Amino acid sequence: MSDNTNTPQPSGAVQTTGHAWDSDLQEYNNPLPRWWLWCFYGTVVFSILYWFIYPSWPVGNTWIKGFGTVEYTAVDKATGQEQGKEFRWNTRALLLEELGNAANDQQRKAMLAKVQAADYEQIAKDPKMMEFVRSVGKGLFGDNCAACHGRGGQGVVGMYPNLTDDDWLWGSSTDKIHETLVQGRKGFMPAFGQVLKPEQLDDVAEYVLTLSDEAPSSEDSERGKVIFQGQIGGCYYCHGADAKGIPSQGAANLTDKIWAIANVPAQKTLQDKKAVIKEFVAKGVNNTRVMPAWKDRLSPTDIKLLAVYVHQLGGAQ
Amino acid sequence: MSEETIQLYQKRIQIHPRSVKGTFRNLKTGILALALTIYFLLPWLRWERPNAPDQAVLYDLPGRHFYIFGLTIQVQDIFWLAGVLIIFAISLFFVTGLAGRVWCGYFCFQTLWTDLFMMIEHWVQGERPARIRLDRKPWSNRDKLIKKGTTYGLWLLVAFWTGLTFTMYWVDAPTLVVEVFTGQASYAAYFTTFFLTVTTFVMAGLAREQVCIYMCPYARFQSAMFDHDTLIISYDTKRGEGSKGRAKQHRGFRTPEERQSKGVGECIDCGHCVQVCPMGIDIRNGLQYQCISCALCIDSCEHDLINYTSENALNGGKTQLLRPKTIGYGVILTAATATLAWSVLTRSPYTGTVEQIRQPLYTQLSDGGIRNAYEIKLNNKLTAPMTVGIRIEGLPGATLDMSGMERLELAPQERIKLLARVQIPPTQHHAASGDKITFIIEALDGVSIEPIRREAPFYIPENS
Repeated sequence: MSDNTNTPQPSGAVQTTGHAWDSDLQEYNNPLPRWWLWCFYGTVVFSILYWFIYPSWPVGNTWIKGFGTVEYTAVDKATGQEQGKEFRWNTRALLLEELGNAANDQQRKAMLAKVQAADYEQIAKDPKMMEFVRSVGKGLFGDNCAACHGRGGQGVVGMYPNLTDDDWLWGSSTDKIHETLVQGRKGFMPAFGQVLKPEQLDDVAEYVLTLSDEAPSSEDSERGKVIFQGQIGGCYYCHGADAKGIPSQGAANLTDKIWAIANVPAQKTLQDKKAVIKEFVAKGVNNTRVMPAWKDRLSPTDIKLLAVYVHQLGGAQ
Repeated sequence: MSEETIQLYQKRIQIHPRSVKGTFRNLKTGILALALTIYFLLPWLRWERPNAPDQAVLYDLPGRHFYIFGLTIQVQDIFWLAGVLIIFAISLFFVTGLAGRVWCGYFCFQTLWTDLFMMIEHWVQGERPARIRLDRKPWSNRDKLIKKGTTYGLWLLVAFWTGLTFTMYWVDAPTLVVEVFTGQASYAAYFTTFFLTVTTFVMAGLAREQVCIYMCPYARFQSAMFDHDTLIISYDTKRGEGSKGRAKQHRGFRTPEERQSKGVGECIDCGHCVQVCPMGIDIRNGLQYQCISCALCIDSCEHDLINYTSENALNGGKTQLLRPKTIGYGVILTAATATLAWSVLTRSPYTGTVEQIRQPLYTQLSDGGIRNAYEIKLNNKLTAPMTVGIRIEGLPGATLDMSGMERLELAPQERIKLLARVQIPPTQHHAASGDKITFIIEALDGVSIEPIRREAPFYIPENS
């Protein structure tokens, strides 16, 4: 079959391997280019070094970790303090290291320290701090609040309060918002469906509409007023004699154009508007409007940032 | 592999250019000295700028500012770069159409650095014959080792300083030099310096003419801009070759009379024009794509047989410098330069944009009014503080609330985002429906300039 003829080959022709099969079948000898071969050997050496430094081979249920380590600083969740950590090489630790060393992160930390040290009044007056709070707050709000209150804080009528308007159930100062965030809130209004007769509910609804000029004063509304301001309904206990609400109770201001629960603006006719109020007064609010307490979920700094952020959303006074 | 194996690529023949004296050599040396002086010293030049780096030319990428003497270029002005590139391109077309590969021959950094490296080579190893002899010697030769080693060492020094100087344009030069030598510079600085060192060494020291012949795209497409009136470097074949070709000066071929009577040309075939050529070509073979128009062969010819001329002139005509192509390029070049200059000179010292916040699109207020919110971005482009005032117009009854930031002091080069709230009272809903609102952002002191006007929509829900 194959016999190594080793016949001298004419120079200038492409060399063959020197073997001949079936007496005339020969194979060209085209060796790999030298540079290619050396690059290949180089990659072999490189890969061996790589195995020692980086995670590489799978072994059973685990893998070879490698000797490479990454140092980075991270905020300890429990204490809120920054701590230096060393971890075996992995891309996540590497990312944390790079993030920590980035110039932008140094600026962020400096700005955060400034905001931490300032009081609410100082923050509100400083354009740079407000820019920072809006930027960081947007992320915090998106992560923690937007699920209920919406991306822009616009809320859902009947479910979650709108944070962008100037009507605040529990008080609009930054301190009050901070309090709301820390301890949470629980809205409550007794159900009047069993207490008042349907026509009485109608009258109260009519009266409530006149408070915000949605309906003209009428006989019905005068009857409603008696119920509202008197002992039958006793609405004034919480909403106040002037019906402007009492923030310490979380009682709504009924004289303004903002409707947190009964969606009055969406109704076309007076009848429909009355109907939604009536329905709501009959049912009341019990365990349906709850704001959770965030003091155990967010750091004091995050709560402070969020308080300023939410405050500026509404531009509350 | 044996020597006779078929080679797909031509093996490079080492070129040992002979040095030459003359007008064009002096011109080239002058340009080389000027260009290298500017390149190496410019980063060290200081420029007084309040509240900003004091380096005259600094491309500050992390800070997003380009400082060029009195001009500070911000990110949003980066389109000027397009203008600069257009001007460069048109200049190249213009000059090439007029006088051939002037860029290649005199100004290209490949030419300049190769020239510099050849000067070093010449200084250490001597003239062409000495260098050829040295190359033929084996590497075991002591003299060769010393001379080649010195040459490579000097090249490496120049290459390193070239790389380091390049890096200096992107960071503060004195700081960088200290940091580089104390091991404190950034990875990017080391890499840039290393990369430029290696490329300079390889391109100017080793690859040389191969860069122009095989790598450079300009070299190839510049010939497309040639026409019959373009100045080229050409051998005068008629005079040089006569009717019977060139001949060396030997007995019977010495005086012009003898040569004329025998029909040979004036070229004595001394070979100088070939020896001085950095591209290793023989200009007597006519115009070749390898020719970078360095004009050294003009200097080398003692019989003035090689000259700047044009194809038209060679054929007995006259070179037309003013022709549609050159006039056209000239007009475009002037227009592009004027546009860029106008744009730079009339630049605004500050910018402001207004964007409506669309989440939520509007807010119903307790008094029945409607509020829209806007994000205003301001940028002070000056290196001095500036006071900016913001007001609105165009929407009857509307009021602007920016929590006291309607009037704002901007620090030098400060950029900031502000929240603006605009609200209209309930009675204005229908009058203002669908209207737009105009924000007027004006510089109150610091500069006097036309205020920026930005229009933004004001959204009013239909059922209100």
